[in-house]
Amino acid sequence: MLNIPCPHCGPRSEYEFQFGGEPATRPIPASEVSDAQWSDYLYARTNIKGRNRELWCHSGGCGQWFLMERDTVTHEIFRTETIGSGTIGA
Amino acid sequence: MTGTRIPAIGLIDRGQKLSFRWQGETLTGFAGDTLASALLANGVRVVGRSFKYHRPRGIFAAGAEEPNAILDVWHNSQNDPNARATLVPLQDGMSARAISGWPSLNFDAFQGLDLLHRFLPAGFYYKTFMAPDWHRYEPNIRRMAGLGTAQKTPDTRHYETRHAQVDVLVIGAGPAGLAAARAAAAGGRSVMLVDENPQFGGSLLWGDATINGQIGTAWARDTTASLAASGAQLLPNTTAFAYYDQNTIGLMEHRSHAASGWAEDRLWSVLAAEVVLATGAIERPLVFPNNDRPGVMLASAVLRYLRQYGVLVGKSVVLTTNNDSAYETATALLAAGGQVAVADVRAEPGPVANAAQAAGARVYAGSVVLNTGGLGGIAWADIGPADATSQRNATSRIGCDIVASSGGWTPVVHLFSQSGGKLRWDETLSAFLPNTGRQAHQLAGSMAGWQSLAECLASGHKAGGSHGEAPVTAIARLPTPLQPYWHVPITGARQWLDLQNDVTVKDVGLAARENFQSVEHLKRYTTLGMATDQGKTSNVNGLAVMAELTGRTIPETGTTTFRMPYTPVSLGAMAGMRHGDLYAPKRQLPAQSEHDAAGALMREYGGWMRPACYPLPGETEAQAVQREARLVRTNGGLFDGSSLGKIEVFGADAAKFLNLIYYNEVANLKPGRLRYVLLLRETGIIYDDGVIARVAEDRYLLSPSSSHTAGVLAMLELWHQTEYPSMDVAFHDVTAAWATIAICGPRVRDILATLATDIDLSDAALPHMAMAHGRIMGIQARVARVSFTGERSYEISVTAGHGAALWRHLLAQGPTPYGIESLSILRGEKGYILIGTDTDGLTMPDDLGMSGPLRAKKVDFVGKRSLTTPDGARPDRRQFVGLLPEQPGFVPMVGTHAITDGPTRRSLGWITTAAHSPTLGRSFALGMIEGGRAHMGETVTLFDRGKTSRATICSPVFHDVEGAKLHG
Repeated sequence: MLNIPCPHCGPRSEYEFQFGGEPATRPIPASEVSDAQWSDYLYARTNIKGRNRELWCHSGGCGQWFLMERDTVTHEIFRTETIGSGTIGA
Repeated sequence: MTGTRIPAIGLIDRGQKLSFRWQGETLTGFAGDTLASALLANGVRVVGRSFKYHRPRGIFAAGAEEPNAILDVWHNSQNDPNARATLVPLQDGMSARAISGWPSLNFDAFQGLDLLHRFLPAGFYYKTFMAPDWHRYEPNIRRMAGLGTAQKTPDTRHYETRHAQVDVLVIGAGPAGLAAARAAAAGGRSVMLVDENPQFGGSLLWGDATINGQIGTAWARDTTASLAASGAQLLPNTTAFAYYDQNTIGLMEHRSHAASGWAEDRLWSVLAAEVVLATGAIERPLVFPNNDRPGVMLASAVLRYLRQYGVLVGKSVVLTTNNDSAYETATALLAAGGQVAVADVRAEPGPVANAAQAAGARVYAGSVVLNTGGLGGIAWADIGPADATSQRNATSRIGCDIVASSGGWTPVVHLFSQSGGKLRWDETLSAFLPNTGRQAHQLAGSMAGWQSLAECLASGHKAGGSHGEAPVTAIARLPTPLQPYWHVPITGARQWLDLQNDVTVKDVGLAARENFQSVEHLKRYTTLGMATDQGKTSNVNGLAVMAELTGRTIPETGTTTFRMPYTPVSLGAMAGMRHGDLYAPKRQLPAQSEHDAAGALMREYGGWMRPACYPLPGETEAQAVQREARLVRTNGGLFDGSSLGKIEVFGADAAKFLNLIYYNEVANLKPGRLRYVLLLRETGIIYDDGVIARVAEDRYLLSPSSSHTAGVLAMLELWHQTEYPSMDVAFHDVTAAWATIAICGPRVRDILATLATDIDLSDAALPHMAMAHGRIMGIQARVARVSFTGERSYEISVTAGHGAALWRHLLAQGPTPYGIESLSILRGEKGYILIGTDTDGLTMPDDLGMSGPLRAKKVDFVGKRSLTTPDGARPDRRQFVGLLPEQPGFVPMVGTHAITDGPTRRSLGWITTAAHSPTLGRSFALGMIEGGRAHMGETVTLFDRGKTSRATICSPVFHDVEGAKLHG
């Protein structure tokens, strides 16, 4: 059980959270994107072994999605932040 | 029968006699006994038959490491099919049986297998039972191996799950753990102390110790009492079985003393700022020929049974050792009136051995046990030189009833290793010790390699933060060093490494020769350490033998990964209260009581308990469904649709946002109007359908399918928060706030006329696909003209508390109540799809013939781009069509394939819905057929489990094709 620091609610049990995977940037305008680019956006993820940037939702709490920087091997959580605050990864 | 109870020794309560049964025979023990100590006190020798060779086996150890005494234990009509007798506190009325041995424990029909041992080497099963398939042999082999049988009746025990947070969690309440807990508590931190035994004290319960001038047991008792007084949480009978990330520890608390129904077992998840690992060490045996007979034990276990339980396991004991620790057992046995001989592999055993000799033990230096003998137990042991290469090198045969050994101590590094810590091999102790840790923990006592009591107490005090006065004990003199000794260098005789899985030194030799030399291969090929004891007494010995055979050092050979759980955890405890009705609580309709009164057959649909149909007395479900589906069209129907989702969407940007989400155009919807819509995933696949109502310019009401409501809400939130965060829009799930009852059919307007309402229900004010708000019977209400049956239909919603009253009022007007199964026929006759039934994870809107929005809608709605990919535009996509079976009485199974004719048959698609229609008087079906719309009127072959039939591809609308009845 991990303790995840929700940027709105503070540290809460992993059971209250939902994993949203690596964030993908939606190509805009979609109509001008190639099939390959669109397919990458839909399906291709880096799946890094190590320090990674992920979307999580505090679904059992405030219901807000946020970004988390986490090590996928050790499960160490480096930081979390609200969407749009823009310091994690990118 | 050799074990006896010695008066006046031990921590058992001799005033409290407990009666229990073993193999049907009634025996007695005392409060404070374990099942194992009580069996030994009653002279029980054989407790099981070995896994592979069916050799008799006896109790070997006194703790969690026990490999042999795995028993089927019943208490309070509840069963533990594979209980470790050494960890089961004896209870009055308990009943235990061996899990192996057929027809009886003392005569095993398969014991002849032992004579065939030459032909049953490691890997025998893998090599022999190959053709045609292992699974053919597996059940018989498993039965022969003898494992406990799970009870057939439900487990009525009450399990609980608990969560806790503490400053310091101390694991192990031996001297080091008690010292750590004491110091941490003195430092003002919140402390939790756990131990797998019923009593705190660890080795103090059987060791010879004085701390702060008190006897060890008294110090343990007083320290425990002062910890309790300081507010520390004390959990005896509790195993820390797992060390997870972020200092989270899994605890299994056995509350066998609890009365039935009062949380017999509790599973804890503890988040600790700091963990103190004081998990102790397990003695490992010396390996010698015939070291598996009942009566061969660990030297420390013999000591523990004597000192803690007052059980002298044998009157004449041969000890064999390579270190000093067995001598405490020797002197304790002598003091209790036993006879003792010690075979010590060391040429110069040193002062501790001399003291034992002075007390009356015969000590054989440079010697080891070369053989044991006796019928169903031990009658003698041969002693000979430690470097003997033949059993004929034996120099003395000693009559005895117990042979106990010590090969050194293995620190319990399981939890440390699970936490991500790395180990190092210590030559002096011949043991793996913790090296570098990864989490917030302190190490204390013998698990960290400390040997003397003084060092264990000091390390514990330090681990607890060194608060308060350190406990004081006499400094012991330095022990004579251990001499590594892994097995007797004799090749002919069998020497057991793993007693539970019957793995011998020869098996490891075979694995080495066949190149299964990696420690992970060795484990799987020979099954060494793979039994329920996880090799607690055998892994290091097996590893050392492999190292020796392959000319490598032990650290080069490596160690296998320690995995949770440390000891088995029952599935019941894992489930906790999440079973039965609480596993996935079902939602109930507001008018549930009315459906029960109407005799509804209730069934779960997407998490809701809903009426499947309302069978009349004597009617089958199929008959009821046919009657209801017919009467809805002729008489009118009444349906509880309260489980349909209701999500309110508000905000200045509500229209703009929803238009970016939904497949269909929703921004141009007029207030008061409804539209049928599809919701896609970004992949273009249909996720849900439903009806969307525009309540006002800035307000919508969505009606997703019952089982998708939570998913749709989550999707709206995700898109709003991550893609369109600046839009002014908010969502609110109000599903549970409203009861929605639908009435439909020819008499519907007459029925509506009985409702007192201020809502104008005329067609001019409320046409099909419109919604109006007002009051019904004085209650807040809304009415929507929307139909899932094809009949003129009104969905009436009132606040949930009035659902039952509304249902009662409408039912009294005479419509036919109908359930989900009947609705399935009605909607099928109209070709109305059911998402997830008629569609699957590949279905796109055009496959259903709904391609308008893709062409007309300009905004970049979710999934739009995916519809124009090559896959989305493939001409051979399966399309939604109707199928009329050639035989009108034949209803094909859902999932029946349509196939090509000709020599190479290929699937063209399948049937998704099929039923007999009482209105059509014949069967009909819906399905997804490759390029189906281009083949209207053609016949195809249906194929179901070898049988074929024919059907005609047609429009999916079978009833009222013009839709006149919606307005009729």
